[in-house]
Amino acid sequence: MNAKTVNTIAMAGLWLTGCIVLAILAAFLGYILYKGLPVISWSFLTGVSSDITVGGGIGAQLFNSFYLLFLSLAFSIPIALGAGIYLAEYARDTRLTRMIRLSTESLAAVPSIVLGLFGMIVFVNFMGFGFSILGGSLTLVLLNLPLLVRVTEESLRSIPDDYREASLALGATKLETILRVILPSALPGIFTGITLTAGRALGETAILIFTAGTTVSRYMGDTDVLAGGETLAVHLWYLLSTGLVPDRDAIANGIGAVLILMILFFNFAVTLPFRMLQSHMGILKK
Amino acid sequence: MFINMKKRKNLMALTSVLMLSAAIFAGCGGSADKQSAASSGDTLEGKISASGSTALLPLLKPAQEEFQKAHGKVTVNIAGGGSFTGMNQVAEGSVQIGNSDVDLPAEYQGKDLVDHKVVIEPFVFIVNKDNKLDNLTREQIIGILTGKIKNWKDVGGADQQITLVHRAKSSGSRATISDIVLKGQEFTDDAVIQDSNGAVRTAIAGTPGAIGYVDAPYADDTVKTISFDGIKYSPEAIINGQYPIYGYGHMYTKGEATGAVKAFIDYVLSDEFQNAQVSKLGFIPMSKMKK
Amino acid sequence: MVMNDLAHQRRLFYDRYIRWLFIAAAFLMSLLIASIIFFVGRQGLLTFADVNPIEFFFTARWAPSAHAFGALSFISGSFFVTLLSIAFGAPLGILGAIFMAKVAPQWVRNILQPALQLYVAIPSVVYGCIGLVLLIPFLQSSFGVRTGFGILSASLILAIMILPTILSLSDDALRNVPPALEEASLALGATWWQTIWHVVVPAALPGILTSIVLAMARAIGETMAVQMLIGNTPLIANSLLTPTASLTSNIVVEMGNTMFGSTWSNALFLMAFVLMLLSLGMILMIRRLGQRRAV
Repeated sequence: MNAKTVNTIAMAGLWLTGCIVLAILAAFLGYILYKGLPVISWSFLTGVSSDITVGGGIGAQLFNSFYLLFLSLAFSIPIALGAGIYLAEYARDTRLTRMIRLSTESLAAVPSIVLGLFGMIVFVNFMGFGFSILGGSLTLVLLNLPLLVRVTEESLRSIPDDYREASLALGATKLETILRVILPSALPGIFTGITLTAGRALGETAILIFTAGTTVSRYMGDTDVLAGGETLAVHLWYLLSTGLVPDRDAIANGIGAVLILMILFFNFAVTLPFRMLQSHMGILKK
Repeated sequence: MFINMKKRKNLMALTSVLMLSAAIFAGCGGSADKQSAASSGDTLEGKISASGSTALLPLLKPAQEEFQKAHGKVTVNIAGGGSFTGMNQVAEGSVQIGNSDVDLPAEYQGKDLVDHKVVIEPFVFIVNKDNKLDNLTREQIIGILTGKIKNWKDVGGADQQITLVHRAKSSGSRATISDIVLKGQEFTDDAVIQDSNGAVRTAIAGTPGAIGYVDAPYADDTVKTISFDGIKYSPEAIINGQYPIYGYGHMYTKGEATGAVKAFIDYVLSDEFQNAQVSKLGFIPMSKMKK
Repeated sequence: MVMNDLAHQRRLFYDRYIRWLFIAAAFLMSLLIASIIFFVGRQGLLTFADVNPIEFFFTARWAPSAHAFGALSFISGSFFVTLLSIAFGAPLGILGAIFMAKVAPQWVRNILQPALQLYVAIPSVVYGCIGLVLLIPFLQSSFGVRTGFGILSASLILAIMILPTILSLSDDALRNVPPALEEASLALGATWWQTIWHVVVPAALPGILTSIVLAMARAIGETMAVQMLIGNTPLIANSLLTPTASLTSNIVVEMGNTMFGSTWSNALFLMAFVLMLLSLGMILMIRRLGQRRAV
């Protein structure tokens, strides 16, 4: 009887915990959206930011956020695929493999401020890129890589060995098996990982203040990689700390909401279809 | 055969992606040199990069906006990072202009850095809005900043603890206050430190009994500005020499400025910009001081 | 026939040599972490040319202009913020994970999983900003303190930021416990809760501990949110509501205004290096936990 009461109480407690976890998130999102949504308009999203007059937009920062993200992913995805394939398909338990695994885990644990300092010494100063989109995106690569490598490796591992055996039995080489059978089957998992990484990179500030700087190029949609690379998250920080433009609080609230909306979009418009595809194909991790 | 070809294509695609990324890695150094070389030409085109003081950003970003409107082929990049970041990078040659709130420190002498004073940065002491005081004398402020006075009632205010909110030990603003107000005495460590003018203002606005200093443009109506030694801050009070707390905003170049860089600094110093924007933002034009 | 043979040769050639690209990519990981350790470490260790290590690690007077470089207040700030955020975040995270893994019906899981991703995706500046606007005034008025900045405010926000790490990894660990254990316990007449508490959680303990250590690594490295909430005062805090500083907050506040190569700047790099060593130490700890499970 006593044990049963405890059981009931515990169940209730666990449900309550679940609700608390969701409630905290809902409160945060609700607050950000409540403050920021009224600010968002077409001219806000596409306008040029101003340091003098009310009514500036965030168009260039929005572009920079995506451009920086795109570049950093373009650098890191090929490397992460290569490393993930090696770790999942080729690596035996040698000293080299153990070292690589430890390196990946360690890289994932390096605090982002340390990556920022490293990027500042190496990319900004030593290589002379200055505070630029390139300097920022190369430093972001350091943040993205370990996560992407792990996701790639896990996704590849989750593919049943039958696939490999069948392909090899049909006369394909190991490389062909990986590229034509295993990798395509693992793609949904890898894409989910990429969106996760992208979400984290979009909100990153500490790294980018020291590497991408706080200005944007004069041209809207400038693809010059050496132009200033201020992103939305950095602009938010700038407005809170040094901005003098009269409507800075409204713009900051608007940026918060835009960031949240972008991430919601990533999660539901990009990840969900892949999830469905994944379960449709019957390749679910457990 | 057909399948073979397809496989080959896939491989080719993969290798080319890998090679492309390698090429981008390798190629970047070269393009960086090209870009900065363009700006040293004497026609007004090319790229100006500047970094340094965050306190000067609100002034220089509008200058960038306006200057680029006037000169269609010049791109100006201005990054923050801090005064010393700016002076470092201009000394190394990774930017053409280093913005700084402080005079050139001894370590940088002899590195061929040329100083351009572009603006006067006035500082004001601000307190939480609930504070009834309007004025503090120099002695009272020194007492508060050094931690000897800990309660507002000791300077004629309410019985409330004083919370000092100000800038980090490396900050140029802090150095200015230390030079002009404290004259070498040490700040107390018992203070809340924020990394920017805006953050100091926010913290003071939210903390009863708080006091701190910011660049004058940041003293908006969320906080209360108090007079220093009986002098209420105004641009005129600085120009006629009554109000002593100000520093200069510097733009350093390596060697004499030329081409687009010179044009940009000249623009910042021009009457057009100084009279219109500088005053509007709450800084004080250099020209007013020379008179 | 000749064509086919050539094609076959080519396939074998690719099969043999492309793998070196993969190995190179993987090896790049080691190269990157090594160069980060090298660059940051070298710059940081230069500090010891001017500063006694004992002074750096065991004194708290931070007055670079008077050549005093005691970083103890930052180290202790980081330490307490991390511990306290775990103290707040871990119970909620572990209970949440039990709920998610063993109690929640599938449709609730389908809500919780993307919700956790959203937690991760909220930028740390936004977390800090909300802490500044809502939490600080709340602490100020409810505890009657001067400012509200300090370890408590920073660790409360951090606890929320590390929640998804603990929750999702503990969830994995709990779901990896063999069902046979659970069924045996239930068959012996234990209640659901008894089974979870006495059988499932102990079996998943290494995984849960791993999640906590990873969360610690995230907490100790978090910069912007902590910087906005801790107060950044270079003094050892005498209470949870006294402004103090952490390693990360002091780096970000002071770095921009120190001359690269000066003792001051080197000392900040040394603080970054210490941070990195602490995080790497945590990774090694996780490996030990993993091994214990394997044995």
